[in-house]
Amino acid sequence: MSSEAVAPVIQRGSWALTARRLLRDPASIAALGFIVIVVAFAILAPAFEAWTGHSAIAQYRDTGMSAMGLPAAPNREFVFGTDHLGRDVLVRLAFGARVSLLVGVLAALCASVVGVTVGMTAGYFGGRVDSVLSRMMDLVMSVPFLLCALALVSVFGPSLQLSIGVIVFFSWTTMGRVIRGQVISLRRQEFVEAGRSLGAGPLSIMFVDILPNLSVPIIVYTTMMIPGSIVFEATLSFLGMGIVPPAPSWGGMLADAANNSLYLVAWWLVFIPGTALLLTTLAFNIFGDSLRDALDPKGRPRPRAKRKGVQR
Amino acid sequence: MTVLEARNLTVDIPTEDGTIHAVRDVSFTVDAGELFGIAGESGSGKSVLTQAILGLLPTATIAGEVLLEGRDLLALTQHELQSIRGSRIGMIFQDPMSSLHPYYSIGSQITEMIQVHERAERQAARRRVVDLLARVGIADADQRFDDFPHQFSGGMRQRVMIAMALVLNPPLVIADEPTTALDVTVQAQIIALLDEMRRERGTTVLMITHDLGLLSSIADHLMVMYAGRRMEIGPSGPLFSAPSHPYTAGLLASSPANYEAGAELVPIPGRPPSLLETPQGCAFAPRCLSAMAVCTQQAPPLRVYSDGIETLCWLESAPPDRAATAAEAVVPKVDTSSDIVVKAEGVRLAFGGGGLFNRNYRLEVLKGIDLELRTGETLGLVGESGCGKSTLARVIAGLIPMTGGRITLMGHDLSEVDPRTWQTLRKQVQLVFQNPYGALNPRRRIGAIIGDPYRIHAIASGKARKAEVQRLMELVGLNPEHYNRFPSEFSGGQRQRIGIARALALNPALIIYDEPVSALDVSIQAQILNLMRSLQRELRLTYLFISHDLAVVRHVCNRIAVLQAGQIVEMGEAEAIYSSPQHPYTRALLSASVVSPPRHGVSGRQLLHSIEADAA
Amino acid sequence: MIRHLAGRAAFGGLVLLTLSVFVFVLFFVAPGDPARMIAGDKATEAQLIQIRANLGVDRPITEQYFRFLGKALVGDLGFSYRNQQPVAKLIVGRLPATLSLVIGGVLVWLAVGIPVGIMSARHAGGVRDRVGQGFILVGLSFPTFVLGMTSLYLFYFLPRQAGFTLLPGGGFKPFLPNPLIWAWHMILPWSTVALTNAAVYARLTRGQMLEVMGEDYVRTARAKGLSERTVVWKHAMRAALTPLVSQLGADVAVLLGGAIVIEQVYGLQGVGALAVQAVANLDRPIIIGVVLLGGLFIVVTNIIVDIAYVLLDPRVR
Repeated sequence: MSSEAVAPVIQRGSWALTARRLLRDPASIAALGFIVIVVAFAILAPAFEAWTGHSAIAQYRDTGMSAMGLPAAPNREFVFGTDHLGRDVLVRLAFGARVSLLVGVLAALCASVVGVTVGMTAGYFGGRVDSVLSRMMDLVMSVPFLLCALALVSVFGPSLQLSIGVIVFFSWTTMGRVIRGQVISLRRQEFVEAGRSLGAGPLSIMFVDILPNLSVPIIVYTTMMIPGSIVFEATLSFLGMGIVPPAPSWGGMLADAANNSLYLVAWWLVFIPGTALLLTTLAFNIFGDSLRDALDPKGRPRPRAKRKGVQR
Repeated sequence: MTVLEARNLTVDIPTEDGTIHAVRDVSFTVDAGELFGIAGESGSGKSVLTQAILGLLPTATIAGEVLLEGRDLLALTQHELQSIRGSRIGMIFQDPMSSLHPYYSIGSQITEMIQVHERAERQAARRRVVDLLARVGIADADQRFDDFPHQFSGGMRQRVMIAMALVLNPPLVIADEPTTALDVTVQAQIIALLDEMRRERGTTVLMITHDLGLLSSIADHLMVMYAGRRMEIGPSGPLFSAPSHPYTAGLLASSPANYEAGAELVPIPGRPPSLLETPQGCAFAPRCLSAMAVCTQQAPPLRVYSDGIETLCWLESAPPDRAATAAEAVVPKVDTSSDIVVKAEGVRLAFGGGGLFNRNYRLEVLKGIDLELRTGETLGLVGESGCGKSTLARVIAGLIPMTGGRITLMGHDLSEVDPRTWQTLRKQVQLVFQNPYGALNPRRRIGAIIGDPYRIHAIASGKARKAEVQRLMELVGLNPEHYNRFPSEFSGGQRQRIGIARALALNPALIIYDEPVSALDVSIQAQILNLMRSLQRELRLTYLFISHDLAVVRHVCNRIAVLQAGQIVEMGEAEAIYSSPQHPYTRALLSASVVSPPRHGVSGRQLLHSIEADAA
Repeated sequence: MIRHLAGRAAFGGLVLLTLSVFVFVLFFVAPGDPARMIAGDKATEAQLIQIRANLGVDRPITEQYFRFLGKALVGDLGFSYRNQQPVAKLIVGRLPATLSLVIGGVLVWLAVGIPVGIMSARHAGGVRDRVGQGFILVGLSFPTFVLGMTSLYLFYFLPRQAGFTLLPGGGFKPFLPNPLIWAWHMILPWSTVALTNAAVYARLTRGQMLEVMGEDYVRTARAKGLSERTVVWKHAMRAALTPLVSQLGADVAVLLGGAIVIEQVYGLQGVGALAVQAVANLDRPIIIGVVLLGGLFIVVTNIIVDIAYVLLDPRVR
């Protein structure tokens, strides 16, 4: 009775296909390569400490500063030079990478979990639940977030946890909106109705029927939130509201450089952490873009996403 | 006089998977003032063909010639093409909802055309447009000139599209599936309007459609396409009375309208080929009931017959009419004493306003529905979009709570059952959905999808579940070895089989089919209808069959209920309704559904000569 | 429609109320004694008590809150702890710099972002698209302060070392008497604000255009025989850019609430810089004032966006 012939085209698994598309794009390979290097750099930070013999917070005023008290330019002992206190920029950069990556990834993951949960709940249940949750997202988006972050930090004092908390609080709404929109359109699909007509409960439908269909936006938007979080953290540190000095962070290093316009005479103080920061966010952005194209080659219309994360 | 002539037109579209050979070596001529029809199923290349003519396919490689009034369109520059589009060729697209710009008023969208091509004075242009809008049946055209597309119904929008296509009096109008997105009764009006306008103005119309029956009453000539090729071309009279190509014959034989009610349909087996490959012989050979050994080895020759028919086929005369020789109609008599599966009494449904800023509106979708279904019968529910038929199905399936009335399912009053009984009752009603692409979760494997009922109701698991699923797959005509595949690897017809298998899993007392075949091509439709019928016979199933297509409903149903604006206006035995409709709405529906003419067999047709295909 | 706008306005009020409660509670639990801040270290305990009574900070929080709310409604935001100036006046004094920055920046970023996005979408997959996408990615990745510092180094410091002044090293000059000097000082801040945002808008425009160019009504426009220019710049643009209005509203609002980093980098005495100083000084009335002002901007722009939407999209009328 099987009258319809089998399609002659062999279908590859969707993940294999994605990987193939990614590897065909030189930009995404370069981006991924750079991300791996930065991660390795962060992990190996203690090794740099041992290799140079310089601690991240120790001040080498004799060897690392000129007689006039100016920081030393990159040289044999200090490969990336020293800062205004005579600290080794290379070692600080390595430890700073830990902060950036940790905050970036952790905040993006937390924001994504919160966003997916809220978005799915709002989208699936609709009605009053949706009204309340959507208003809540509107509310969070209507908050002048950097000002509030400043206010929070000024009250509680700067810390790593607070930085992450602030970033998560102000960036989950992007994910929440995207997921809500997706779930609303998925909920109208007949396969969800089929599940309901078979007697599946809301949890079963949400996790078995809907969640797997959200994997693409979740992966893509989480990846794209990482650079936003990294910049957000750097900005907080730059304004002196992030990581507590003397612990190194890229934003903090740039803030030190900006103080008294020191970087005008010591270019490496901006160039090195600035380049590290720019290339890292660029790599994540490129990778996120390629990931989206690879996972979703047809370029399905993307829901309008309000961008928060980065501020000016 | 020839208005449009295509010579050996070939269109290749590059994609990520390879080159799609959308149109291969197609030639035809369209004479002035005629209505030329192009028919074909999805993937036949008919829409690509017209877009290629208009130069709307920037990425495609197009070979051959397309002569419009003697000028080769393919040799024109973009700029020259622009001056031809609209003024020499008018276009009417399929979906009037999306084909008009949502942000501009309909009047300005039409006058824009006059201004671009003729530099007319504004007031004069407006007067012209208003006159034409009134002519195509827009009431109060002068006021509605400034209205936006969303303020019109689908049929009205299509009238606007027709006005837009005609406003510059082009010699040729191309209508690409102009009525597919519309309701049956509106469809008939639009076709009538199109026919009237072209006679009034002497416009030549090139009409593309998947519905062969639609062309039978209005087309002068037509061309049947399959897999990018011109299978058959000729004057519509002989072509319909004795199709010379097995594919044309198969299409006609697939349509339930050509049968006695209840007869076994003769479908075209299999599915359309991939357009990425070039088969050695005839593209249709794998599905052809008249195929011979030579068909798969060598490209078919062109047969030219005395009555103007030209066919790309190895046969030298028309294939047999299989619909006429089909099995005798068996309309199983429903035992009026058998058990009532479901009974609806005065079912009402109304949606009230909600949300934060409460607007006081109330929408009545169902206004007191009474019906009952007995074991083993099929009740057809017919109506146009928005009449509430799908909503009623969901109310009966318990997916939407009703706001009034009573539904009794297997003796239980649904409004009174406790959740536990409901969970068991729920197994008794299953749904099969319209959209074969939306009804299956794209991220799950077929085995998991069909096995879902077992998982949700914790019935069988592990090996037992797999065995059950494979038994079901076999039952609906799927290869059980495809257990681990994803829905995207199946065709529309196969997906519909998957949907049916899932519905069968729990041995339901009632299966509700919500437009199960309306998204499928005619040839696949017949396969699914046959499957539904054979399953019903074997398993003594009870069906509630929802459709907008009276021909399909009449074919599969014992009884028919006609639904209009949330009310059943007529209900009775299928044949009774078909032969002597009582309600004016039923009559309107019936007269609107186009009926193909019966075939009369070959009438003095002779093979004139054959042109062998090039060996290459 | 009016009902809808009234609803939005009511929601805006709710936002402001929530914000005010948030900052108020935040600073109520915050450490630090405002009286000590005003009077200085040498003040006696009696003086401190007197000051606290004057400020009303010895009252219960609810009473303090409602008294504050009542005054705020008539535009009285209290006095700075630091220099006893009225907060409203301080903020108004800072507005010219912030407004100059935001308005000019918005114009620049729209002028750059939208054309880049359209160019990219029209040549999707081609060289020009790659260039556009590159611009988008770099723009999105550049942290504002890094960009600001780099620009200063390149366009102010290096020319200075070479012996001439290309662009000023920062500071705000009022629009009058000499708009040229004002604009000259704003070139770098505007460009810095614009780059990141231009990237966002280029990306949005590109996505919207790609989507709209595939719509049936664009095909209709082509079939009507319109020139490609009319199809793109009239039919497609209209549909593609309308959704951008809401994004623009949000971005402008956020910027008005405090272009903190830019003001910091370029030494512009704007609202953001005021907020940073206030945070450093724990100057509570100013922080509350600035946060509420930021919220007010967001609420007002949201309502403007809603009205604009009604004018632009006939379907929501």
